[in-house]
Amino acid sequence: MADLSAGAQIPEVRVTPDKYLTNRYAGASGDFNPIHIDEEFAKAVGLPGRILHGLWSMAQVARAQTEAAGGPATLKRLSVQFRGMGVPEQEVVVTGTVRESTGGHVIVDTVAEQAGNQIIRNAEAELQV
Amino acid sequence: MPVNTKAIGKKYEPTNYAVGREKIKEYARAVGETNPLHLDEKAARDAGYADVVAPPMFAVVYSSPSVAPSLFDPEVEMNFAMMVHGGQEFEWGPVVVAGDEITTTASVKDISERDGRGYYVFESVSLNQRGEQVCRGTWTNIVRGV
Repeated sequence: MADLSAGAQIPEVRVTPDKYLTNRYAGASGDFNPIHIDEEFAKAVGLPGRILHGLWSMAQVARAQTEAAGGPATLKRLSVQFRGMGVPEQEVVVTGTVRESTGGHVIVDTVAEQAGNQIIRNAEAELQV
Repeated sequence: MPVNTKAIGKKYEPTNYAVGREKIKEYARAVGETNPLHLDEKAARDAGYADVVAPPMFAVVYSSPSVAPSLFDPEVEMNFAMMVHGGQEFEWGPVVVAGDEITTTASVKDISERDGRGYYVFESVSLNQRGEQVCRGTWTNIVRGV
């Protein structure tokens, strides 16, 4: 388990979604919105190209917490705001700072960014360790 | 034009989802999980679980079948062309494992307007076969130019 005392940084999660990730996540999650899997459709609706599923990016934020705290049962709550757009083939970096830590109850302020843009911001995780 | 708030409080038919072992593994691989609890039933059993454990965000998989129809409900009048998924919250109870049967009920929690944007907030409550609340989801969609 990582250091989860107040002020500590949780270990970063760095992951580069490959070209076909959005297809695999669409199948795994059931979200086949064409903005995530069809380059031409995405461009036709004014996007730069296919974008990442926000809930995949949120899953990276969740993973950073459970890896820091020691497993899936530790994550009790996660709230996020989606901002901007994540894209395939660029590294996503999840960072977090422990805000409060009392009696095994931990609150982490956390974000996900890609090329310096926050794609998940104002996220708050509650862990029980 | 003000947003129509008449759907606030509306509840939708519960949906049932049978959690499959290979579905958990497929989801875990798609989100990059490496913890063997999600990928190896022997490791999960050795740790005291009945079968592989769903990553917390697997809540998306078992609750979406209930939430999706609420988003498309004509009574909610949400303009998809101008909509973005603005925020998401999940609150988890006991972990979900392969073999669980999850029942999810969605409802319209709130519809409001602020600075020309409509905020459409949906809630999903998911119970396992023992009636324990495994997840409560709050899904916030923002519609520009209402």
